[in-house]
Amino acid sequence: MTPRDPTERDVELLESHETDIFAGFEGDIPGEPGRLETWIRAYGPAAAAFVVVLALWEILTRALDIETFLLPKPSEILDRFITNAPIIWGHGFRTLVEALGGFVIGGTLAVAMAFATVRWAAIREGLLPFAIAANTMPIIALAPIANNWFNVTSPLSKMAVVSVIVFFPVMINTTRGLFEVDPGELDLLRSMAATPREVLRHVRIPNALPYFFSALKVASTLSIIGAIVAEYFGGPQDVLGQYILNRANLFQFPDAWAAILVASILGIAFYVLIVLVERLAMPWHVSLRATEGG
Amino acid sequence: MVAGTNSRERGRGDGVSDAVVVARGVGKVFGTDTDRVEALRGIDLQIARGEFISLIGPSGCGKSTLLRLIGDLLQPSAGELVVNGKPPRQARLDRDYGIVFQQPTLLDWRTVRANVELPLEIMGVAREERAARAEEMLALVQLAEFADHHPWQLSGGMQQRVAIARALGFRPALLLMDEPFGALDEMTRELMQQELLRIWTETETTVVFVTHSIPEAVFLSTRVVVMSPRPGRISAVIDVPLAHPRDVETRESDDYYRLITEVREALRRGETGEGRR
Ligand SMILES: Nc1ncnc2c1ncn2[C@@H]1O[C@H](COP(=O)(O)OP(=O)(O)OP(=O)(O)O)[C@@H](O)[C@H]1O
Ligand SMILES: [Mg+2]
Repeated sequence: MTPRDPTERDVELLESHETDIFAGFEGDIPGEPGRLETWIRAYGPAAAAFVVVLALWEILTRALDIETFLLPKPSEILDRFITNAPIIWGHGFRTLVEALGGFVIGGTLAVAMAFATVRWAAIREGLLPFAIAANTMPIIALAPIANNWFNVTSPLSKMAVVSVIVFFPVMINTTRGLFEVDPGELDLLRSMAATPREVLRHVRIPNALPYFFSALKVASTLSIIGAIVAEYFGGPQDVLGQYILNRANLFQFPDAWAAILVASILGIAFYVLIVLVERLAMPWHVSLRATEGG
Repeated sequence: MVAGTNSRERGRGDGVSDAVVVARGVGKVFGTDTDRVEALRGIDLQIARGEFISLIGPSGCGKSTLLRLIGDLLQPSAGELVVNGKPPRQARLDRDYGIVFQQPTLLDWRTVRANVELPLEIMGVAREERAARAEEMLALVQLAEFADHHPWQLSGGMQQRVAIARALGFRPALLLMDEPFGALDEMTRELMQQELLRIWTETETTVVFVTHSIPEAVFLSTRVVVMSPRPGRISAVIDVPLAHPRDVETRESDDYYRLITEVREALRRGETGEGRR
């Protein structure tokens, strides 16, 4: 009843894309004694490294007299970041809406499709191989085309790009989670004469949650990237992608960098949001368990 | 306490109508033609209502397989099985049995309490009733204070006790237990054996119990079924006429030692092949 689906390797690949920089978030246990100490131990090294890199960057760009169009000084970027804040954050907001819209659409379709693979074996056998193949393609390359599926001036065109990018990893990973269930747990539910719906609810869905969130974390970053790349290929001017493009064309590189900084902050915030939701959704999970020494 | 007093005439019913498990010529072959394992061959066994049957035999002789066949988690390749007077499938659908697997098989996302409640939840038992029964069962396996923990916060032996509480919680007519006490320390093990006997005495439960421990099999059972491997079959069935209730004194009685020796010799005969039919 539970054929191992052939997606495993692909999704492992996918998971390996996951960045490790937020590992500290998952190791920290709220309410544990010595919380401040744990935080310092978890984030201290990263924070220190960040400061050192920025300082080196500033010092070297000054010392070596590097041209601004090659690499602006952090202080210049910060200056543009502050003075242009209303503009770039406004652009950032519109880009974020595109990314979120595409994320929600793509993610919803992906989950619906993953459930359909449980319900109808034909979908699993017929479509999953194509989904896996599609997932190995650089879907971002579709951006100039998908950008025209809808009116290019409408945010929907960017959402279309993002939703295609988000769809495949989320669908494949969720499907995998719904099927890679401990056979013993299936036997247990069978011994209780549980219906397929109860098996889904009590075993498959909880089992799929870690897979699902792991894909969402990848997709959150991808969705911001997707939205910005889609913006490069045309559309309204008041978004991050067009802003970066225009400023770079005008040799206003610190402006472009300040916008990139906004994009990064949005990407990180989105990722962290998902990590937080993940914690709420599955407090039982291995990655959140207490470990020796935090 | 003198052996013979207080003894209960349990099980050993002769009529098929009174049988909870009937196996006739049951065989099980795993795998394909090229790569086949004959796990069981020609199993004939009748277990009467109220009996406590232990299955004992070397690793790989098909004890778990037999339990899973009774539970309709596997289909026999040969022969016929009747469980609680019905085909095994119907017995499973009627939730006639509770099973404790060789692995605890607890759901990580549920607390200990919620794990014990799972069968009750699936059977549609009301919330208060579920909570009350879970409480009772957890007290029984001495894990009341761990009700709100998650399974991964417990030791292997504690997890196995949760699995036992879960199987007992809905008071099945038949209890299938696959080495349930394997992961327990000696003291807890004896305690759990005593508790299991008490439950078995108080309810009308029939127990099929897999174990590797000869003393455990003798102490608990009304009959010990000795199995031998390759292919798995029954090499001896030994009656255990020790009086009930059984307690520490039982463990020190001469009859007890005699029976242990008897089972041990049956096991040895099975392994050297003398017992083959
Ligand atoms: N799903 C399966 N597929 C193929 N072979 C199996 C399967 N399950 C069991 N077997 C084989 O059937 C035989 C009996 O296995 P089983 O698990 O019933 O033994 P057991 O008596 O319970 O052993 P143990 O005491 O080690 O638990 C073994 O040879 C095993 O390799
Ligand atoms: Mg076994």
